[in-house]
Amino acid sequence: MSWISKTFSSSIGRKIIMALTGLFLCSFLVVHLIGNLQLFKDDGGAAFNIYSHFMGTNPLIRTLEWGLVLGFGFHIYEALILTRRNQAARGIGYVESRPSQNSSWQSRNMGLLGTIILVFLLVHLYNFFWRARFGDLDPDINNNDDLYTLVVSSFHQWWYVLLYVLAQVALCYHLIHGFRSAFQTVGLNHRKYTPAIKIFGYVFSVVVCAGFAAMPLYFYFFK
Amino acid sequence: MAGSNPNAKPMNLTLKVWRQKNRAAAGQVVDYNVRDISPDMSFLEMLDVLNEDLLRKGDDPVAFDHDCREGICGSCNLFINGRAHGPESGTTTCQLHMRKFSDGDTIVIEPWRANSFPVNKDLSVDRSAFDRIIQAGGYVSVNTGGAPDGNEIPIPKEIADRAFEAATCIGCGACVAACKNASAMLFVSAKVSQLALLPQGHVERATRVENMVAQMDIEGFGACTNIGSCAAECPVGISLENIALLNREFLTAKASSNNLS
Amino acid sequence: MILDSKIPEGPLAEKWEKHKFNVKLVNPANKRKYDVIVVGTGLAGGAAAASLAELGYNVKAFTYHDSPRRAHSIAAQGGINAAKNYQNDGDSVFRLFYDTIKGGDYRAREANVYRLAQVSVNIIDQCVAQGVPFAREYGGLLANRSFGGAQVSRTFYARGQTGQQLLLGAYSALSRQIAYGKVKMYTRSEMLDVVIVDGQARGIITRNLITGEIEKHAAHAVVLATGGYGNVFYLSTNAMYCNATAAWRAHKKGAYFANPCFTQIHPTCIPVSGDYQSKLTLMSESLRNDGRVWVPKTVEMAERVRQGQIKPQDIAEDDRDYFLERKYPAFGNLVPRDVASRNAKQMCDEGRGVGSTGLAVYLDFSEIIKRTGAEAVSQKYGNLFAMYEKITDEDPYKQPMRIYPAVHYTMGGLWVDYNLQTTVPGLYATGECNFSDHGANRLGASALMQGLADGYFVIPYTIGDYLAQTPPKPVSTDDAAFATAEADVRGRVQKLMSINGTRTPDDFHKHLGNLMWEYCGMARTAEGLKFAKAEIQKLRREFWSDLKLTGSNDELNQALEKAGRVADFIELGELMVDDALARNESCGGHFREEYQTPEGEALRDDENFAYVAAWQYTGDNQPEILNKEPLQFENVKLTQRSYK
Repeated sequence: MSWISKTFSSSIGRKIIMALTGLFLCSFLVVHLIGNLQLFKDDGGAAFNIYSHFMGTNPLIRTLEWGLVLGFGFHIYEALILTRRNQAARGIGYVESRPSQNSSWQSRNMGLLGTIILVFLLVHLYNFFWRARFGDLDPDINNNDDLYTLVVSSFHQWWYVLLYVLAQVALCYHLIHGFRSAFQTVGLNHRKYTPAIKIFGYVFSVVVCAGFAAMPLYFYFFK
Repeated sequence: MAGSNPNAKPMNLTLKVWRQKNRAAAGQVVDYNVRDISPDMSFLEMLDVLNEDLLRKGDDPVAFDHDCREGICGSCNLFINGRAHGPESGTTTCQLHMRKFSDGDTIVIEPWRANSFPVNKDLSVDRSAFDRIIQAGGYVSVNTGGAPDGNEIPIPKEIADRAFEAATCIGCGACVAACKNASAMLFVSAKVSQLALLPQGHVERATRVENMVAQMDIEGFGACTNIGSCAAECPVGISLENIALLNREFLTAKASSNNLS
Repeated sequence: MILDSKIPEGPLAEKWEKHKFNVKLVNPANKRKYDVIVVGTGLAGGAAAASLAELGYNVKAFTYHDSPRRAHSIAAQGGINAAKNYQNDGDSVFRLFYDTIKGGDYRAREANVYRLAQVSVNIIDQCVAQGVPFAREYGGLLANRSFGGAQVSRTFYARGQTGQQLLLGAYSALSRQIAYGKVKMYTRSEMLDVVIVDGQARGIITRNLITGEIEKHAAHAVVLATGGYGNVFYLSTNAMYCNATAAWRAHKKGAYFANPCFTQIHPTCIPVSGDYQSKLTLMSESLRNDGRVWVPKTVEMAERVRQGQIKPQDIAEDDRDYFLERKYPAFGNLVPRDVASRNAKQMCDEGRGVGSTGLAVYLDFSEIIKRTGAEAVSQKYGNLFAMYEKITDEDPYKQPMRIYPAVHYTMGGLWVDYNLQTTVPGLYATGECNFSDHGANRLGASALMQGLADGYFVIPYTIGDYLAQTPPKPVSTDDAAFATAEADVRGRVQKLMSINGTRTPDDFHKHLGNLMWEYCGMARTAEGLKFAKAEIQKLRREFWSDLKLTGSNDELNQALEKAGRVADFIELGELMVDDALARNESCGGHFREEYQTPEGEALRDDENFAYVAAWQYTGDNQPEILNKEPLQFENVKLTQRSYK
């Protein structure tokens, strides 16, 4: 085995992949959130559709999209490998275990949170991404595909809004642990900076997820 | 349950103890009652009382590891009421005192659980995996004799203190026991940090971290997911900063060492 | 048999150098043809096993622990002495030598002690090179403190965990040799006999503590590094597993046992709290650097404290008796351990003891806390204070600690010559297991020094001298002596298992401990010792007729392990009493009430007792023979120790 595959198949190596892909996906969340803020523009969806048209056709974005797929792919793949390995490390469990007294709930349930996010992601991709890319959306006034109308109609279904909001809560907890955890994993833990990283991670998680959750709630209740 | 007991009244307790004949046998939880336990007793002295009772009755006493009973040898290793070394933080089992419990309590006592720590008997487990990790590189390769004067290399006090703090690991395995993933990262990081911080350890730092992590993986410990229960349950307070340092050492070594395999 | 200590000729300061030159060397190519067994992997054993393997010998190391890192050396708190004179305060090899001889009340061998002081400096260098994180000054150089009875700062330390750090250093060196395959490590293996072939130690018999298997191991030489026998007293600061079995088995195979009555009672331990007590916890002697020892001035006041009517912090300065400062103005609270212990006992005997049992004195930090602040005190003693609070539920920052003396160390042990060889050729004893360096009382921070000196710097030279005279032929366990020894061990285990009486091993052990503490503890009388001897003999008969065990031999059976150790403690206890009875003087830790100065200090009799008492085993239930090795003092003048 070469040193590269050895490095990234070791327990720490896999963790580093988790951390780096996680941080990369965080950056995607920021871009995605900023773009989607177009939804709040009161122009009948014109700006949002221009944006989504750009995202769906720009060659650079289309290339980066593959990076995103890989990012998700590795993040999920490594998570599966590590989870199996970690479960195997303790064959017989405890009769009595009180982990809540030594650690946070989200830190112990990243797999569960990740699974919720994954389910959401599949629904979300099918509903918006798939139909925007391969579906037959009607054109809007600028002759762009009218994704906006699809979004608005989706966000008027209670079960969809509920799923969306729940997923954002899960994502928020996932990020609260994941963000600072990623820094720890790549070796960045310093008594000077770590407190700031923790606070930033917390604020980041809440703001990003609140931003995403605000969209379905806004349309469901106010539009 | 937590908090000290002001009136030193003797207690009666119900113990649920893991009993297992040997490594191959299946085990189960067995209930015992102990009476007239003084709050000033240590947890292990309470078990001594149980064992004397069992022996007198002709029953097999409960096997458990212990030795110095002052919290430094790292022998004792009981998972008490769902916590490594019991309900009091920063404490080994031998330094846990019965005043942390109340009359009528039920106490569940289990061995460390990790595939890398097989049960010898009852509550005694085999932690030789830790020794093998140290053998993989947890040392400075100096032979006896020929060492330069101790004051030859000045070491900043702050660095020496941090190295000392990492070096205080007692190798009890509570980190593995408490970790959801049965990961040994805190243990490994304590030794790697100590020697990475000190100039004496710099010569071999790359091979050390590569070999120790490889051995850790071979032993079958889980991977760290930064839960932090290890540091929270560590009786000597080894900090998570050491794990970050271990990760950093590992990355640096992998990126820069001449080791191609 | 004439005891030949093999002390080299020549001036004191040159003996070791000369000896190192004169010892025979083993050809480097031949070293791998020799096997050495090291029993015990604490400071002495771990250091010896690692160093011998580095030289090229094949080492088999044995410990009854699950890992070499658990040896009781790990619990030493205070520090390790070395004559580095880094502090420019007048220390030197000769001063360390002199202090050790004087502290030992002139009952140690000059040549051994001088060598110890000489190699002390190498120990520090070696440990620093291994990565032992000693305390440092802000300038980056090694820090020192003064410690228990020394007037210079020569003690190197790692907060209150010096023993741990030094042991982990030796353990790391040992681990490295295990990885190289030069040391074969046997954990959870208890040595139960030495095998002698043609008058030479050629192997050991062990019991695998997990499977009960009795195993035979052969080698060209055997090194015992199995620690002291303080657990004869049941309650001591020793770890629970510490035992005398290896040394006692060796004694029964011909190794003389020297000065068994020299036991050290440490003055600063946490007092006994109840009869369930399983062991006692030491509070490092370094605490006496800043803590002040006192009791109430009057019996009435002490009584009120015992009843809980008044708190110690409420007692006015004038009503306190800082008895060590009063009686020993020059040394104050830093008098040697035996003196501090005896004085604490005296205060309690007078009825001025404190705590609910009246068997405690105060160690008070209020002054230093006032002077330097709680933060500074915590920096120095934080872990000790925390440990004290955990055990007693009392906060030493707010009220004085209660302390009482407890058995801590045994200066006696297997008799060894200058080469650390016992009276059995090929059988060596190192560290606390031997008797050699501390005389009748050990100074603080000297145990770690001796263990590492023996292991790193003495045995690697002296064992070569023996091996060079042994043909490098492979050894095997085929000799009949192995079969006999193995059968003996099996028979003994079977016998223990088959008594089927009513009393547990712990029960016998506690009984023995009470007798020893009462009659062979801090103060001894001929009458008490004679009584104790008879009682111990009775106890021994009861043990072999009324012991209760369960389970079987072929499993992890901790009660069986304990029973074997208690059986040996009982026999050793009797020898300690014999020795104490034969030594009609007081010296160091051995205080015979009949022999004291008018002020109550130990009164030595150098004319008649300046010798090492080396006891020779003659057979089961036979009286042992006392052999005497006269001690010659050519470089120090014998004086009455005075710390006034």
